Amino acid sequence: MSHPTRDHLGRPIVVVTGIGVVTSLGEGKEDNWRNLVAGVSGVRRIERFPTDGLRTQIAGLIDWEGDGPYCAPVHSLTLARKSAAEAIAQANIGSRGSFPGPLFLAVSPAETKWDQRMDVYRSDSSGESTGYERLIRNAVQGDFYNYYSLFQYGSTAEFLADEFGTRGQPISLTTACASGATSVQLGVEAIRRGDTDAALCVGTDGEICEEMVVRFTLLSALSTQNDDPQGASKPFSKTRDGFVMAEGSATLVLESYDSAKARGAKILGVVRGTGERADTFHRTRSKPDGSAIIDTITRSLADAGMSPEAVDYINAHGTSTPENDKMEYLALSSALGDHLQQTPISSNKSMIGHTLSAAGAIEAAISLLTINNGVIPPTINCNEQDPNILMDVVPNVKRDQAVNTVMSNSFGFGGQNVCLIFSAEPDQGL
Amino acid sequence: MSIEKSEVWVTGIGLASSLGEGLETHWTQLTSGSTPVPSVDTTSQAPYPVHPIVELEIDSQIPKRSDQRQMGPWQHLGTYTAGLALDDAGIAHNEELLAATNMIVSAGGGERDIEVDAAIMESLSTADNPGALLNDSLMNNLRPTLFLAQLSNLMAGNISIVHGVTDSSRTFMGDELAGVMAVDTAVAQIQHGQGEIFLVGGAYIAERADMTMLMAMGNTLHRGEHTPVWSRESGDGGMIMGSAGAFLVLESREHAESRGVKPYARIDKVVADRCNRQPGTARMTADGLLERIADQLPSGPLPVISGCCGIQPQLSEEHAFLDSLSSRGVSPAIRGMTTVIGNTLEAQFPVNVALASLAISNGAFFDPFDDSGTEQAFAGSPDQILISTWGHWRGESLALIGKPDVSLRGGTRS
Repeated sequence: MSHPTRDHLGRPIVVVTGIGVVTSLGEGKEDNWRNLVAGVSGVRRIERFPTDGLRTQIAGLIDWEGDGPYCAPVHSLTLARKSAAEAIAQANIGSRGSFPGPLFLAVSPAETKWDQRMDVYRSDSSGESTGYERLIRNAVQGDFYNYYSLFQYGSTAEFLADEFGTRGQPISLTTACASGATSVQLGVEAIRRGDTDAALCVGTDGEICEEMVVRFTLLSALSTQNDDPQGASKPFSKTRDGFVMAEGSATLVLESYDSAKARGAKILGVVRGTGERADTFHRTRSKPDGSAIIDTITRSLADAGMSPEAVDYINAHGTSTPENDKMEYLALSSALGDHLQQTPISSNKSMIGHTLSAAGAIEAAISLLTINNGVIPPTINCNEQDPNILMDVVPNVKRDQAVNTVMSNSFGFGGQNVCLIFSAEPDQGL
Repeated sequence: MSIEKSEVWVTGIGLASSLGEGLETHWTQLTSGSTPVPSVDTTSQAPYPVHPIVELEIDSQIPKRSDQRQMGPWQHLGTYTAGLALDDAGIAHNEELLAATNMIVSAGGGERDIEVDAAIMESLSTADNPGALLNDSLMNNLRPTLFLAQLSNLMAGNISIVHGVTDSSRTFMGDELAGVMAVDTAVAQIQHGQGEIFLVGGAYIAERADMTMLMAMGNTLHRGEHTPVWSRESGDGGMIMGSAGAFLVLESREHAESRGVKPYARIDKVVADRCNRQPGTARMTADGLLERIADQLPSGPLPVISGCCGIQPQLSEEHAFLDSLSSRGVSPAIRGMTTVIGNTLEAQFPVNVALASLAISNGAFFDPFDDSGTEQAFAGSPDQILISTWGHWRGESLALIGKPDVSLRGGTRS
């Protein structure tokens, strides 16, 4: 190409040409967007498994549509297939079963679940053996090859690669609650290197089961407001008491600007910058001074070549835990300074819940829809805002407002923090 | 636009396996002049043998008991060997450099509480209301810290907390190929200026009943006594899993030279692809990968480290693939590394890069690991080493480790 279009650091510009979303609010961009701007919650009482004795009995589940009993990796795969198919169709890229770029998949770490463990355990109860001795004996006697191939750490990515024909070896990744944003980062980096003209960045998580609920409960991370499921996720509220687990998937088709232009693709937004900084403080909490997440935000602005004033809207991590929302406010106050007071910020998790491995990808998708529609989705359940969080959280009701540039935050358990910045395609080119 | 790519040097190695801890003990055992004697545990995962991890002086790399308590053996091993690599590269405790050090960890997950699981299974098998019983049992018996020890990204999290590595932090999953893609991504980022210095690696603990069960469901494991990997071609085939942790410090030549550091070796090429593993497809994928590195292959003898895990039919397919190198004028001197340390999954490729780098740096290659005739002696100082990686379930890769044109670390001979 004679005059490649470059960004402020001389790198290929990365754009988004396809978006797919599935959450507890619906399947596809249209349903999700309609419910998001209407302030609808997708959180319900859990019916997939008995909740007797659980402190948390609510979640943003997506109903299982499989033929047999619920199977976690199959559900994650199904959600990912839906969002990827929607995004690829919109981008109109490649040909059926042949996507011209690599796959970066944010996915919940594979684990054999209790249903499968008990299947193997019960398959032969003869003899004296119990516990894992019996599991190991039974595992090879029965026909469990299907479980072997479903519960590998790379299974979901491999089956997606089989179906969509992505190029090369896919990458399955996790950075906990930042995973979806990390998948976008990896795609951006590959295109900036010139390794590829396109990348399929997918986040998916359909793995809510009893043990996951218990694990997060034992970390005191979940809301226990079971009486009012739809009101339980209340980011930035004074009475917030934890996050609400949820399921979902989103896919972004990323392309180099030149490649998208050359094939006449509609550009849905530009990935202007990404930032990252790992924390050293604690396994589930940020440094008290917020320095790691401040750095994450500051680095994303530097990567984008932007000043804080360019940010029109912030798509918050906003989990509704006491800790996160306080720290996110602290970090934003420091990183954006006075500009924070003029910047609306809202949490999609107030409606969708926290989709864990998928959240960063889903919120990236919604950030782009916000730019495209000129409407900011609200933070619902904000009846009494935390008096120590002095931000415009777009409480309860959507706001019609032109948005050119969105900052999307993702902070993970384990200290992995990512910030993404998206803009509209400028009218005058780049 | 053509950009001069940076050379990627291996400047730090942390290694522990069933053979021992550190480079010297691995080198000594793998170049003793006779067939190395693997360390094998035939009881803990019976009927399947495994290569157990050696005992580690955890305190030396994870000094705080409060940190140690947050992890299980898998995270201990990874955090420990990551610390060894940072020490070896001379960047441990250097806050400024560690804050600019990027990390890619290839990870599975941490250990389950086997006893709690066993008690729950026994009670569920006779329960009237198994759902409620399961919830109660989990609520009352799971330790809050257990989840953190199980989370895949918490190995990286612990490395940040214990050793202070705080630039980017990514965790790749997917068994053997996760290790390949971690190194591949770091190499690509260094070559294109997306980072100057990376800590890359992983760990696997084989003495884990939950993982033994998973692998047994695929009927992928070798039973009974330990046998060299190539000899399993004449039987049913099967894997022997091994415990190992390996971390590498990778940096651009310019970055290493600016701080006066010598390399062990240079990573010249990592290529990877996949197929659905219908018969013959892995071989086709490997042939395609070979085309992509053909212009960098020497003629004549070439040391090859194979991660061949032993499952049929890919064992025979990979063997035939490696033999086919001779049709390109290459005489492969193959070492089935899994014969001596087992399949170490996420750690396998970092282990093999570590050992290839050591061989380059020491100016010699390993003695044959068996007397099957598959493994030929290699005399002289290797300029290049080929690493072949086929996942036990999916994914194929080839990598070339080369010799930089500068004076080397001297490895264990310094």
